[in-house]
Amino acid sequence: MTANAPGAPVVRLTGVSKAFGATGSSSTTPTVALSNISLDIQRGEFVSLIGPSGCGKSTLLRLVGDLTEPTGGTVQVNGKPAGQARLDRDYGMVFQSPTLFDWRTVEENVRLPLELFGYDNAARAERTSEMLELVRLTDFARHRPYQLSGGMQQRVAIARALAFSPSLLLMDEPFGALDEMTRERMNSEVLSIWARTGITVIFVTHSIPEAVFLSSRVAVMSARPGRITRVVDVDLPRPRGLETRESTAYFSFITEVREALRAGQGTETDLASVERTAAEGLIG
Amino acid sequence: MTAGTAAGSPRLSRRRRLTFFLLFIVGLVALWEGTKLLGGDPYRIDGEVVWTPPIDIGMASDVNMPHFWVIFERLFKPLTSGAEQTLAGYLFDQALYTLRSAFIGFTLGGLLGIGLAVAFVHFGLIERAFVPYVVASQTIPIIALAPLIVYLVGQNVTSVVIVATYLSFFPVTIAMLRGLRSPDPRALELMRSYAASRRAVLWKLRFPASLPYLMTALKITATASIVGAIVGEGSGSLQAGLGRALVFFSQQYTVAPEKLWGAILFSSAVGIVCFGLVRLVELRVVRARPGEEPG
Repeated sequence: MTANAPGAPVVRLTGVSKAFGATGSSSTTPTVALSNISLDIQRGEFVSLIGPSGCGKSTLLRLVGDLTEPTGGTVQVNGKPAGQARLDRDYGMVFQSPTLFDWRTVEENVRLPLELFGYDNAARAERTSEMLELVRLTDFARHRPYQLSGGMQQRVAIARALAFSPSLLLMDEPFGALDEMTRERMNSEVLSIWARTGITVIFVTHSIPEAVFLSSRVAVMSARPGRITRVVDVDLPRPRGLETRESTAYFSFITEVREALRAGQGTETDLASVERTAAEGLIG
Repeated sequence: MTAGTAAGSPRLSRRRRLTFFLLFIVGLVALWEGTKLLGGDPYRIDGEVVWTPPIDIGMASDVNMPHFWVIFERLFKPLTSGAEQTLAGYLFDQALYTLRSAFIGFTLGGLLGIGLAVAFVHFGLIERAFVPYVVASQTIPIIALAPLIVYLVGQNVTSVVIVATYLSFFPVTIAMLRGLRSPDPRALELMRSYAASRRAVLWKLRFPASLPYLMTALKITATASIVGAIVGEGSGSLQAGLGRALVFFSQQYTVAPEKLWGAILFSSAVGIVCFGLVRLVELRVVRARPGEEPG
């Protein structure tokens, strides 16, 4: 969307911190959600943020998307402050819940951003049908969201996020509420969409296999305060599929990420309890 | 996700609902006549007593509770002896007169309610400043307020419309406020990620989300506005309208109780019809949701 120097990162985080409840008063100690985070994400990368509940991975994603502001450091997107990037409509967002408007049909939901951005009718219709084809929901264009399964609803949300060709797709545990089988199918689906569109993706998850399967890089985070303890380059061959999930390289990357999580976490028992809480749901 | 409007099971077919309605009416009549059969005045045919109820329920006398057929017969007799118009014809005209004021009050109250709710949602200061007064306004009994409005505005239709508006705006304000705030925080964040303007958020998200709430409120105000118009007409001593008919006939009650009962029947019928009209609009406007009719 923006013409900046080739090779310049799409996202540049520099010493980013976020504290909650710090508004001026010294009486209450602020909760430090994120501490001194620096990370560059290149065009076309697929980067996962993984960590235990409460490590601030969702907060980090929301900082990139300018849904919340950092208390320290800078967030640059396409060479601009995150706020400007949001105004320039550089982001597509997918949340854990599909967040579809239930009074709109599937195609009307996908069309929503196009209406807001002033696309003309012809362009709206064209983009909408392209997107529905991309997520293989053409036959369900006239259905209402509640008539669709959870996985299909999330595919509608992805189509909606991509409809206006944003340069950055932010996904906040999009498949956390889906069963394992559906989640694996959705993972393959996302990879094929990513390959076809060449979009840059930041993906928040607490599933190690999911992070490894999808990502070109996995940023491992630890809690209290939230920081990136390690970045694992996942150079598994692409396209990735069932064979990937059964390859030894895949398992060694899983082990690597798991050990990185454990190293950032401290003792074994701590991690076990964290995984239990993580399994119970995301932290807001 | 769902904002249910509990209006009975929609899977119930129209015919079955109509049957239930008719059964309800029949039951009501049976209860009415049953009470009279047990404890009313003696039944006479051509002056001769054919049935003497075993007990005496004062309330069930022919003056307090005329037989339903007496009420019905009266409807189709002339309003006053020698008059050309029947009682039903007269009441129909008065109902139309009242409906006009009620409809204007319903519309103004609805617009006022929506406007207030939109202002409250967007400006917290206005909400904090005004909501206490909006609530306080509803604690004043309409019976106390109506004469005051008539005194200030005069004995005319305007005062009637004001009373109807007054009774209509509050439910709409409260329901709309709730409806405009009903969207999921994620949906608002989604709109924020689109850098959507406040107006866009209002039109694309808040308004559609609030429609079920609005329709529920409008069903309440459809009847409340009629009550308001009738009270306004009564307080203002207007020369037309169901309010006038009710006041007038209650003065004649001991002589002709059927007339008052006829006016009451017409008043409630008008309310039911208006409620039904809003329900029809609701079915068209609010798209079926999970748990309701399949799309």
